[in-house]
Amino acid sequence: MSTINNMPSANVAPRVRQRKWQQALVPYALIFPAMLVFGLFFIAPLVFMGILSFSKWNLISDDIPWVGFANYQALLQDAVFLEALTNTLMYTAIYVIAIVGISIPLGVWLNKNTLIHRIAQAAIFSPHVISLVSVAMIWMFIMDPTNGVLNVVVSWFGAEGIGWLTNPQIALYSLIIVTVWKGVGYYTIIVIAALAAVPKTLYEAAALDRASAWRTFTRITVPAITPTIYFVIIINIINAIQTFETINIMTQGGPINSTTTLVYYIYEEGFLNFDIGPASAAGMILLGILMILTYFYFRLLGRKVQYEQ
Amino acid sequence: MKKSLKGVEYSLLAIVMLLIAFPFLWMLSASFQTYIEIIATPPTWFPSSFDLSNFMAAWQSGPFLTYTMNSVVTTFVVLVLQFITMIPAAYAFARLEFKGKNICWSITIICLMIPMQLIFLPNYLLFSQWGMIDTYWPLILPFATSAFGIFMLRQSFKQIPEEIIESARLDNASEWKIIRTIFIPVAKPTIITVLLFTFISRWNDYFWPLVMTTAEDARTLPMGVALLRTTDAGVPWNEVMAANVILVIPILIVYFIAQDKIIKAFTYTGIK
Repeated sequence: MSTINNMPSANVAPRVRQRKWQQALVPYALIFPAMLVFGLFFIAPLVFMGILSFSKWNLISDDIPWVGFANYQALLQDAVFLEALTNTLMYTAIYVIAIVGISIPLGVWLNKNTLIHRIAQAAIFSPHVISLVSVAMIWMFIMDPTNGVLNVVVSWFGAEGIGWLTNPQIALYSLIIVTVWKGVGYYTIIVIAALAAVPKTLYEAAALDRASAWRTFTRITVPAITPTIYFVIIINIINAIQTFETINIMTQGGPINSTTTLVYYIYEEGFLNFDIGPASAAGMILLGILMILTYFYFRLLGRKVQYEQ
Repeated sequence: MKKSLKGVEYSLLAIVMLLIAFPFLWMLSASFQTYIEIIATPPTWFPSSFDLSNFMAAWQSGPFLTYTMNSVVTTFVVLVLQFITMIPAAYAFARLEFKGKNICWSITIICLMIPMQLIFLPNYLLFSQWGMIDTYWPLILPFATSAFGIFMLRQSFKQIPEEIIESARLDNASEWKIIRTIFIPVAKPTIITVLLFTFISRWNDYFWPLVMTTAEDARTLPMGVALLRTTDAGVPWNEVMAANVILVIPILIVYFIAQDKIIKAFTYTGIK
């Protein structure tokens, strides 16, 4: 509610009226630059992608032939696309479970204000500020099949060397290890920040009742930080779906498509093979998935308010 | 009893910290190793000498000065543009009423959730139509504002009491003056957080420059480093790791100097 709108409108001199008219334009002037960027580089490309997904364009000719749902039908019969879809689901599910399953106990454990704990917090957060390119290359070197350090460690336990990035049954999990290593510290810190907001009296009451550590964790800690857990889950689902760098640098979607995710499929089809139609159709399917997730995210955000009361 | 528990805890802490630190230490060790040492099986743990020849070789294996320049310029310009575009938009969404506000806000939310990996193809076609591939434009324009930043700033702008703004309006202050003298100072922590996020994501970005540039001279630092490994020439790991040291260590040093503030800034978003 701006005060300008509440001013009495009777007897307004022309100059004031003109000022009022200018005032009405102010909000649009303020949002215009941001909206221009969104419109040109987000919304228009989305619409353009939607159009391309129903057409077969060779990038050269002026007319874009309409093919209806042919691209979508072709996708459903494309074994690589279906594999990319399952890979994305697998990758996302395991990645999110790992992040949540590690960051919550780690956060509860490291939530102390001693020097050593603070150093540990700073250390586990540090991969978050590093380029994923470097992280991918360092781990590629560590996972090297011939003289990688990881296989030396494996050999200490008397096991055979593992083809971390060359075995199609393992490569996807190796990529998950790398991104979990990079991401888990950030979410641990988020959990610690959430724990700081939990009222101390709850824990004092639990101590008076002589509640066990496990009971305190499940009955007090977890319910108190549930909104944060939701946040971590949703953000990580979206992060996992976007994964590109590690795949591109470490495996290029291989071996035999075992690490080709939806995003990587779109990149290969659209950018390397220039099959614009199918790539756009795959993009629209990904958009649908993201929109559903966004809907749930904002419903959860709405629920979060209840928790905070 | 209590003492032994402490011992267990400290050893577990040591293991966790080693798991985090080892890849960095391993990169450092490899960056000083000779070619003979780097290809040896089992691997060499410690380099025999600490000369900088790998760093020189890595730096000279491509136009790294150009890569660095490209990274610096595009990141800096994006930061400035975001500062200029985000704050007025967030202010309008937080404090002003106008027709079409809901639609514009929905557009912002959609853009918040859309990854660049989804819309790169139409963007690429657009930029190549405009003849802008291999220029700074595609690396700057789509990031000239930030939906995330607008979202966060609107949140903190909403918490400023209405009375302060009313009294400023009674003094005939312009909207711009109100933003400058009241909103920016109050929302400073949020602004720093958002720009820090932008800095990290732009400086480290690999995907967007990979798609939008083809010429060597247009590439950015992460791309240049990544290409060392993917080119057919097959640069050896010691030089690749040296290049990564150049990319990683400055950021790590800044991080550890300012880690208290950086962690605080990053967690600022997670709980609110």
